[in-house]
Amino acid sequence: MPLPPHPGVGFKPDHYAQILRAPGAVRFIEVHAENYMGAGGAPHAMLDRLHADHALSVHGVGLSIGGAGPLDRDHLARLKTLLARHRPESFSEHLAWSSHGAAWLNDLLPLPYTDQTLETICTHVDQVQTALGTRMLLENPATYLTFPESTWSETDFLRQIARRTGCGLLLDVNNVFVSATNHGFDARAYLSAFPLDQVAEIHLAGHEVEALPEGPLLIDSHSRPVADPVWSLYAWAVSRTGPLPTLIEWDNDLPDWPVLRAEAGRAETILHGVSHDRAL
Amino acid sequence: MTGPFDHATLQARFHAALWQTEPPEGLDPRRFAVYRNNVQHGLCRALATRFPVIERLVGAEFFARMARVFAAAHPPATPVLLAWGKDFAAFLETFPPLAGLPYLPDVARLEWARGRAYHAADAPVADPARLGHGDPARLRLTLAPSVRAWASRWPALSIWRQNQPGAVAAPLGQAPEQALVARTPAFSVIVEPLTPDGHATLAALLAGHPLGQATMGTDPTPLLTLLLRHGLITAIGD
Repeated sequence: MPLPPHPGVGFKPDHYAQILRAPGAVRFIEVHAENYMGAGGAPHAMLDRLHADHALSVHGVGLSIGGAGPLDRDHLARLKTLLARHRPESFSEHLAWSSHGAAWLNDLLPLPYTDQTLETICTHVDQVQTALGTRMLLENPATYLTFPESTWSETDFLRQIARRTGCGLLLDVNNVFVSATNHGFDARAYLSAFPLDQVAEIHLAGHEVEALPEGPLLIDSHSRPVADPVWSLYAWAVSRTGPLPTLIEWDNDLPDWPVLRAEAGRAETILHGVSHDRAL
Repeated sequence: MTGPFDHATLQARFHAALWQTEPPEGLDPRRFAVYRNNVQHGLCRALATRFPVIERLVGAEFFARMARVFAAAHPPATPVLLAWGKDFAAFLETFPPLAGLPYLPDVARLEWARGRAYHAADAPVADPARLGHGDPARLRLTLAPSVRAWASRWPALSIWRQNQPGAVAAPLGQAPEQALVARTPAFSVIVEPLTPDGHATLAALLAGHPLGQATMGTDPTPLLTLLLRHGLITAIGD
């Protein structure tokens, strides 16, 4: 069973009671895999309870799929245990690296798009899908740097990964807007070039603006409402893909539940107002 | 970057620069600084979430600078951040600026025990009626996986309590303090003060000794009452 083509929210324990009191306000919840790798207690109990009437997406932030070194076998085993325990409707990870040697860095770091990194990432995605026994989704990053070594565009790079490994894609529209602003490219053109037929989930989030002398630098902070230009890009993307599961991500400076619920409501309005024709 | 591109070399340089002031060669310093800040700030906030009373006691600004030193020397070994920070109490013991606050490491151990209790494995509660069967001295009690015995030669429990949100300050004693840290079946993390005898008995029970041996002649009733009241005995055997 895939995620439903409706809005979901990143689950925070602060909102647990209110989500339970209003079943159906959102259709799925998403959690960061690594926050549920304790042995037991409230986190697993809350997830079990919510999964009874919401679809569940497990979103990893720790695999370092874009790392030059081999995947962490122990971490893959933890993920396998977590997926066996909660049987989520979807598992996704990032086009990024986040560990080096024995150190985990708690951030999604950027990489150049070259033939070498493409090979590495395809190998890693194959290993993940084989180990977990499921198709995974890979998310486009928000970046602050590009590398002169890159020989692939990000959209072609993701298309190649999806083609070679059979993985799906998670389109983060805020990440597109953040990267487009930071690197001076056209977000609409990026979306036009994106392999939209491989997208199985969309992420929406808020960003912060840092004023630099050369112009604004956007930070993918997940700490604010979704910005208006991101809503516009989202509506444009959905008009081409048809309704897709859409997550409102809000991880810092958490809002009260009604604020988050209203963001989900705005996404639902956009999902329902478009043609359901997925043919491009 | 000079020379032919190699992914592993690039990442090694990128990683090294996260802990230094200069960006890797060829990358924009201000753009690179966003990643450096994300990594350092993210780890600092993770540590502060686990050790909120330590942050309160030393102040947010000092804590942030100290967290950067700790994170550089003891970065998370896995992506499971809820398991990061075991070494923090020992780090506090040896961090020179904190030499005047000798109770801090024990406060950190208490916060660490609470975090471990929150995420510990679940276990069913034993039928207390079995306590009345057979020779009490030979009973072996299995305690919930969340149960920890904590002790300090300082009044570190009182210090921890007085630094909870909404707590009222009161004069501190001089005596050492002991506590039981655990999670109830309803998922509340509890910190209950113990007498020195109660702490010794709890530690012996956790080490697997039978009740008679664990009490060493002291009255186990207060501790057993606490364990029963909070549903922390998961098996009773002999």
